[in-house]
Amino acid sequence: MREAWLPLAVLLALGAAPLLGFGGSYETTLMARVMILAMAAVSLSFLVGGAGLVSLGHAASVGVGAYAVAILDAHNVTEAARVLPAAIGAAALFSMVTGAVAIRTSGVHFIMITLAFGQMAFFTASSLAAYGGDDGYTLYSRTEVWGSRLLGNRLTFHYVCLGALALTWALCAMLLASRFGRVLRAARENAQRVEAVGLAPYPFRLVAYVIAGAIGGAAGFLLANATEFVSPAGISWQRSGELLFMVILGGVGRLWGAILGAVAFVLLETWLADHVAHWKMVFGPLLVLAVLFLKGGLSGLVVRRHG
Amino acid sequence: MTTQLLLVQALNGLQLGILLFLVAAGLTLVFGVMDFINLAHGVQYMLGAYLGASLAAATGSFWLGLLLALPAALLAGLVLEVLVFRHLYDRDHLAQVLATFGVILFLNEGVKLVWGAAPLQVAVPPLLEGGVQIMPGLQYPLYRVAVLGAGLATAGLLWWLVERTRAGMLVRAGATNAPMVSALGVDIGRLFTLVFAFGAMLAGFAGVLAGPIFSVEPGMGDTVLILAFVVIVIGGIGSIRGAFIAALLVGLIDTLGKSLMPDLMRLFLDASAARQAGAALASMLVYVAMAAILAFRPAGLFPVRAD
Repeated sequence: MREAWLPLAVLLALGAAPLLGFGGSYETTLMARVMILAMAAVSLSFLVGGAGLVSLGHAASVGVGAYAVAILDAHNVTEAARVLPAAIGAAALFSMVTGAVAIRTSGVHFIMITLAFGQMAFFTASSLAAYGGDDGYTLYSRTEVWGSRLLGNRLTFHYVCLGALALTWALCAMLLASRFGRVLRAARENAQRVEAVGLAPYPFRLVAYVIAGAIGGAAGFLLANATEFVSPAGISWQRSGELLFMVILGGVGRLWGAILGAVAFVLLETWLADHVAHWKMVFGPLLVLAVLFLKGGLSGLVVRRHG
Repeated sequence: MTTQLLLVQALNGLQLGILLFLVAAGLTLVFGVMDFINLAHGVQYMLGAYLGASLAAATGSFWLGLLLALPAALLAGLVLEVLVFRHLYDRDHLAQVLATFGVILFLNEGVKLVWGAAPLQVAVPPLLEGGVQIMPGLQYPLYRVAVLGAGLATAGLLWWLVERTRAGMLVRAGATNAPMVSALGVDIGRLFTLVFAFGAMLAGFAGVLAGPIFSVEPGMGDTVLILAFVVIVIGGIGSIRGAFIAALLVGLIDTLGKSLMPDLMRLFLDASAARQAGAALASMLVYVAMAAILAFRPAGLFPVRAD
């Protein structure tokens, strides 16, 4: 963990930013987006790097969490004590059902079947006409905490997101270091040997998949509150691809890499979108170059420089 | 639902299936022979459609446009292979997914830059205007019949190439065990390039054919790509026969589902709810079919690899 000074510095910087004059609406909105996507990316990194499960449908669990907020909002339920467990529970349930099928496959088939489940979630969301359908749904208000509009405060929301991100990182790191995580990593390297030792990888992988999904649901809860808007576009397979790219950009195998990846991704995307008309023509090749030449990701660069 | 309508929808489904097959054939070969996930295969279909549309407009003839678009699509495939994909063959699937995702972003945006964001209209060639009578009192567009015929002819040609020629034998051998083919003295790199360029041309061909039926617009490749992936995963990766059967299956399920589902739902729900639920279910149907097939046959219907 000695190499983890950089992500700690990033978290500290995010914590200090509002106090250093970056507390405006634009900056906090951008930082909230960074932190929430980082949270989803860390949970995906836990799956990809830890369990070796490359999911191309992780945005779906984020979307399930976000839609839980929207649907409850439409029925006048805005109390966090009810909305947050619903968002996390719905995402965990979604992951459990889809994971139970998906984890039976491996490799390319796993990538494709998670993509398929993601598409199912996407089309389901598009068809929810009562909750906006294709156009998405605008929340009446942010979720309330014990009846008070705590999350409506820009600063409070900022620190809630920061806390959630730190908690996610700590939880995933702890899980990976535990006996449970050791079995996961061993099964990633060689499932046959794990079986020979007398452990079936399937339940371990499924639990990991559900945990990642639950964290995704929590990220979805925050995302819905950050933008006060939920739409099927957030569940599209492109979004899943972006999350996967954050993990790769940060470096697979190091959880905190995903935080760096998310920060770099969102900042680059925002900057390019503001300054270049056809920014995706720049962003696409950058993606290709990053994959070709940045093999250990950003975190690999950091570690090598200090290794 | 009358028999006539059902027949028309079945024909539409077969014709969608044929187009999907043309895209999926290249994808499954590239996937099977090189173990390479090419998400950018869909944009090659889009590129084919754009090239066909603009070349047809420039020359004033659909046929000249088609004739010129094919080598142009082949060339585009070659350029992409040499510039990007060649460097990814020995990388893991994750890297391939992301780098080709970058290519998608670039080309989708590039197409917008060159041809604009508005959809292009392609006229049906005069020779194929009008309809044919398939039942008393039932006309079916001649162009769609021609697409069906062209697709079937191409499928036949492909079958002959893969099953009856020396190059095809090498491709099949490569799909089963690439290192062994290489050890027997075949220049596997050249074979890869050949297969790749040929697959790109097939996708481009499908794009040109699709021009007068669907609108030619940026992002049109993405939907087709996902469906083509569903096709090759259902069919078994690397199997042309599997891709053919799965493509027709997916085409029929998708088209018939979209026309039958709302009526079917009306048995249980009121009219407007049935329309929504039906549309959502219909879009999901192919993914449900894929998940079901993978749950029982994790390697698809016609697995090629022995392992």
